[in-house]
Amino acid sequence: MKFFLTITLLICSSSLWANEWSGNISFDTKYFSQDGLSASQFKEYGSISFQPEWFHEWDGGKQSFTFVPFTRWDQHDEKRTHSDIRELSWLKVFKESELRVGTGKVYWGVSESQHLVDVINQTDLVENMDGEDKLGQPMINYALINDWGTVDFFVLPYFRERTFPGVNGRLRTSYHIDTDNVTYESSDKQNHIDYALRWSHSLGDWDIGLSHFNGTSRDPAFTTTPTPDNNGVLSLRPIYYLMQQTGLDIQATKDAWLWKLEVINRSINNDNYNAATAGFEYTFYSILESSSDIGLVVEYLYDDRNSKASTPFEDDLMLGLRWTKNDENDTSVLVGVIADRDDSSRLYSIEASRRVAENMKLTIEARLFTGIAANDLLLASFRQDDFIQVELGYYF
Amino acid sequence: MKGIILLFSLIAFSSLAGAALAETAEEKGLAIAVEADKRDQGWTDQETTSKMILRNSQGAESTREIRGKALEVEGDGDKSLTIFDTPRDVKGTAFLSFTHTLKADEQWLYLPALKRVKRISSSNKSGPFMGSEFSFEDISSQEVAKYKYKFIKDDKINDREVFVIERIPQYKKSGYTKQIAWIDKEMYQPLKIEFYDRKKSLLKTLTQHDYKQYLNKYWRPGRLEMVNHQTSKSTTLLWKSYKFKNGFSSRDFDRNSLKRAR
Repeated sequence: MKFFLTITLLICSSSLWANEWSGNISFDTKYFSQDGLSASQFKEYGSISFQPEWFHEWDGGKQSFTFVPFTRWDQHDEKRTHSDIRELSWLKVFKESELRVGTGKVYWGVSESQHLVDVINQTDLVENMDGEDKLGQPMINYALINDWGTVDFFVLPYFRERTFPGVNGRLRTSYHIDTDNVTYESSDKQNHIDYALRWSHSLGDWDIGLSHFNGTSRDPAFTTTPTPDNNGVLSLRPIYYLMQQTGLDIQATKDAWLWKLEVINRSINNDNYNAATAGFEYTFYSILESSSDIGLVVEYLYDDRNSKASTPFEDDLMLGLRWTKNDENDTSVLVGVIADRDDSSRLYSIEASRRVAENMKLTIEARLFTGIAANDLLLASFRQDDFIQVELGYYF
Repeated sequence: MKGIILLFSLIAFSSLAGAALAETAEEKGLAIAVEADKRDQGWTDQETTSKMILRNSQGAESTREIRGKALEVEGDGDKSLTIFDTPRDVKGTAFLSFTHTLKADEQWLYLPALKRVKRISSSNKSGPFMGSEFSFEDISSQEVAKYKYKFIKDDKINDREVFVIERIPQYKKSGYTKQIAWIDKEMYQPLKIEFYDRKKSLLKTLTQHDYKQYLNKYWRPGRLEMVNHQTSKSTTLLWKSYKFKNGFSSRDFDRNSLKRAR
């Protein structure tokens, strides 16, 4: 309580407060072309989100404080209506090190299609099925900056459970996920202390990261037999196992080529497996004498558990085309497909965005699921979930 | 590299002292560039705030507010960190660049929404910077070895004596076949530069205005006007403040500082 009082005083006492607030309010509407597999689902969903940010620095920029709360209201999905503290952290910069204490977000890796190496933050899955939205993670992060690379130490004292769409939400598994009844391998449950270590360095054209994580896996497994949730609806329960994961990420930047590799080895629930993403991004600059760029993204997704993998990307190819207009409105379009090499399942996606006024940005996102067999364990639930979403964001 | 060229040109100067008449247009052009470079050495580091006003062919305006830090690196290109304050949807986006005279620059982009540092290709020299009429090569640090020079003539702009020199880019992927620069004889700073595209036609004209001297030595412009003759678009770059000798070190220009740039 005293902590929050201090923060409130800090916020109110700052004479520069007007300059230190920023953030956005976004309105979005999602339209699904088909009815859901479940009668409890809808075809149209409206939603509003609000993410302000307060930043204050002192000590000549050597210390700073950041607070980023987030909240969303969804028209139908009671689980997507949720709030989170994305960031609430204090940072102290030393000559050859940095200390960050509080809740925050950390990103590791280089690939575009999936993020194998990136394991610090839990995915806020109700936000977007692409897994790029993350929940704030409580942490102590100490970074030692050396000539031979940066070494980051992480102590993660509290575990965040993944969010899942509710019974009335779309883009969910046929049996909905009962987030009220969760099982942990560790008897400390959410209070299990996780540790992570990462070395990262830039050597000429090469950017390299080597990391190790020891703690509760952010990716849950699920009970195989559906059981009733607190409302009596048959559902699956998440199980969070402990894991050890070693990850390597490399990017080689050679002229207009970006060569990328992410490899992990994970030991979890008496199993040990490897997974990888490898590929490249090539950009054709100033095409046809214009200011436009076209980037080609190709990535191969691999998991040596094959069909037993907990992700649908065990032997898949991702192809993406990114058009960047480089105009005053930052117009860009990304079209992509992830294709399974063993069956006909395809995930198509389109993301387009453009600034429509000085403080407003319009984003259109669409996803299509094709060729998915009704018995496909991981994707069958999404086979009728083709959608288009239009989002208008106001930034201040 | 810069040092070698400087040394070379000094030797060239001394040997030419007795035979000044024999100086070729190329040697005179290089000598002007070397002198300009020499006069701008020793600034160590600088911190700037600036505003870009972009105008399309219909005259509609949009603005970008930018803060920058730069560190002078002896014998190589400078290091710089650029932070965007507006447009608000890209607020907090930051750009770290290690320029090199002849080998490829190293560049990283920080995307605040994802907290992701992304190494990006530096071969996009001719691409627009933030949708403006300035390209990446226009805003990167100017090093002697980046061009081949040729003195054209003495001239006057607004009653100021200038050297007119031709510069041919020597680095890869330049969008220009040549530049014509009008260098002020007192400040050794450009008042005007014309940029010729790959088809050798005039693409853009840059004029630099409102010069002020800092630390009794370094001249910096207060306003830049870039006009694209082929698209009729233009960009004004207003330098709102310059602050020198901030005590920056390479630690202020690493990927950790990029991540916490605000």
